[in-house]
Amino acid sequence: MRGWKQTMLVLLAAAGATLSCVPVIAQEAGTQFIGILGYRVGPYGANGAAFFSGFLDYLSLVNERDGGINGVKLSWEECETEYNNTKGVECYERVKTMSPTGPTAIHPMSTGITYSLIDKAPVDKIPLITLGYGRTDATDGRVFPWVFPLLSNYWDSATAIVKFIGDKEGGAEKLKGKKIVLLYHDSAYGKEPHPVLEAESKNLGFELKMIPVPHPGNEQQSQWLQIRQYQPDWVILWGWGVMNATALKTAQKVGFPRDKMVGNWWAGSEIDTEAAEGAANGYYAASLNLAGKDFPVVQDIQKYVIGKGGNKTNPKLVGTVLWNRGVVAGMVTVEAVRKAQERFGKKPLTGEQVRWGIENLALDQNRLNKLGFGTMVPPIKVSCTDHSGSGYVRFQQWDGQQWKSASDWMSGDRALIRKMVEESAAKYAAEKGIKPACMGG
Amino acid sequence: MFYREAGQFKATYAADQQLFPIRQDRWAIATILAIAIFIVPLIANDYWFSAILIPLLVFSVAAIGLNILTGYAGQLSLGSAAFMAVGAVAAYNFQLRVPGMPILGSFILGGLSAAAVGVAFGLPSLRIKGFYLAVATLAAQFFIPWLLVKVGWFSNYSASGVITAQAVVIAGYAFDTPIKKYLLVLVIAAVMALLAKNMVRSRIGRAWMAVRDMDVAAEVIGIHMLQTKLLAFAVSSFYCGVAGALYAFAYLGTVQPEDFNLDLSFRILFMIIVGGVGSILGSFLGAAFITLLPIFLDLLLTKLAHGFNLNLQGGAISMAQLVVFGALIIFFLIVEPHGLARLWQIGKEKLRLWPFPY
Repeated sequence: MRGWKQTMLVLLAAAGATLSCVPVIAQEAGTQFIGILGYRVGPYGANGAAFFSGFLDYLSLVNERDGGINGVKLSWEECETEYNNTKGVECYERVKTMSPTGPTAIHPMSTGITYSLIDKAPVDKIPLITLGYGRTDATDGRVFPWVFPLLSNYWDSATAIVKFIGDKEGGAEKLKGKKIVLLYHDSAYGKEPHPVLEAESKNLGFELKMIPVPHPGNEQQSQWLQIRQYQPDWVILWGWGVMNATALKTAQKVGFPRDKMVGNWWAGSEIDTEAAEGAANGYYAASLNLAGKDFPVVQDIQKYVIGKGGNKTNPKLVGTVLWNRGVVAGMVTVEAVRKAQERFGKKPLTGEQVRWGIENLALDQNRLNKLGFGTMVPPIKVSCTDHSGSGYVRFQQWDGQQWKSASDWMSGDRALIRKMVEESAAKYAAEKGIKPACMGG
Repeated sequence: MFYREAGQFKATYAADQQLFPIRQDRWAIATILAIAIFIVPLIANDYWFSAILIPLLVFSVAAIGLNILTGYAGQLSLGSAAFMAVGAVAAYNFQLRVPGMPILGSFILGGLSAAAVGVAFGLPSLRIKGFYLAVATLAAQFFIPWLLVKVGWFSNYSASGVITAQAVVIAGYAFDTPIKKYLLVLVIAAVMALLAKNMVRSRIGRAWMAVRDMDVAAEVIGIHMLQTKLLAFAVSSFYCGVAGALYAFAYLGTVQPEDFNLDLSFRILFMIIVGGVGSILGSFLGAAFITLLPIFLDLLLTKLAHGFNLNLQGGAISMAQLVVFGALIIFFLIVEPHGLARLWQIGKEKLRLWPFPY
């Protein structure tokens, strides 16, 4: 035992020495440093790996192909959050101090972590970009100047799903008396669509039943038994990670038709459908972005980044839904910095300056074509009152091999969402004593 | 050598009964506290406060809570995270619904609410013991987060079920920066640790230990089971509840009931097992081990990878960190099954005999 303890002490001393001798990872001076809160292990690791590989690959592309943003190179550091709120806060604090200009903008990639950071961001002056997740009422930038739920928010998704179901039934008025189940991940993420779906059910006259699945959701017998007894016309799947594949498989087991199931965009990636092994055929899912490798930007990444062995990205991920979404996340970050450079100069920019860039971000179809994205995402125009910038959703269907587009870009009930966003944001503002106002620059 | 108490005579009963009978211990505690209060705020940055020191202190308080119940009174519990959730949500609601409520009052009331819930879930301990009791407390772990989500009133009808904690203001002074929050948590943790240290050597603490060592014998010598066991549950849950309130108000700023899951209960249990069952010091050491070692390993491995210019596949470091962390837990438990506190105790005995240990 004595020997063991000495070994242990030596090991500890060695570890301490290494920690103090190896210089702090110095960010190369003059680069735009991007702090990344990623996750590649844990129950949602597969999803995170796809998203963050795409994100990094786009940043590498900008460095390799364009030599940075107007000559300002990008540098970054990824910190593992494991999709865990406390680790997310630790990572946020860590990347915050890594560069004199701060971490540019944070993509928490977790609704829970987003909630934990919403109060910290204004103090530290770091913008949060929550691409299709996070707090929905943050769309009102007058109350949440530092939070950007870009592209579309959960309520866009939920109402668009209802509209899509209505279209399939032959018109919104046909929804009257229909029964719809929301099978949701029992977390802040899964609860976000509740108010808007309840409102929709009242407006359109369909019956709504909400069934929670506890984290991580790899056992859903009892939930599907409930669904079978209730005999709904449609099931909306609001899951994440392993829960999605399990839902599809269990649906097959209890004999619920998969083409009567619509997922939101976090329940519609290859990771979910491939893990469901054939149980997913015919399943619909909303999407923020199209999958596929045909886009010029994906070709460029193959050529400049993956072909050269950069980032060690698994080539199987390229062109998948989540990888492409990561590329989109990289693109909006880079374009926001580019926009901010127009005003503040071609140098590494602070979070405050980047925030202005995001709020004034405008990418029309021409610009998207030029960037090589084409129709992967809808055009985006952010403003102080609308921090999401698009609100469009597209539906796709799994054919057993890949996702096939099943609709054009469509939006849900935007008037209803706007009204609810403003109400909810006003309530938050009152609770927190915030005076809603545009921040400007 | 330095740790010899020769020449320290105790002339009064009070001197003999004091909390830290050895002069060196008193000095050490005073020095550590002085460093924590005066030196640390000068040298640490926001990262240290928000990501390391505050969670460390918060989890230490929770670990003391579980240690009182499991380490001293011998009642195994898997409900610590649930009691933390009760404390957090209760403190939020007292703050929200009682006008003019001082924040410290909310913390205490949050702790008391947790204590009440703890007593309710401690009732089975009068009939069942050991692993069966652990399973009974598991009920709290499943029931309480479910209830907090189910009843909208607890979260003030927040759509997502997430609560945002109010600002911490004591007598008009706002504890809004990480450094101020750290000092607040430090003072609360220090006071609670001292109270616990005192309590476990009082009549109550001795009764708990008697129950832990052999409950039949304890009953025979006149210890009231009902009172003793339920008091252990109450005090333990009070500590967990205050820890939960601190977690919400000083650490994360938000409460998501699903944060207080079984995983967290297990982490707190591991803290006391690794740190030392039945030791207040062990609660701190265990909390440090479980919360800080993963961060330390992560930093170390990242730096090593950078130092050797390794282009690792994303996630490799995180996985390596989990492997090393798991291996270290097993290693420490093999080397010292009684926890880190026991290591310190052995070291202390050796130091007292130095340079002629036997």
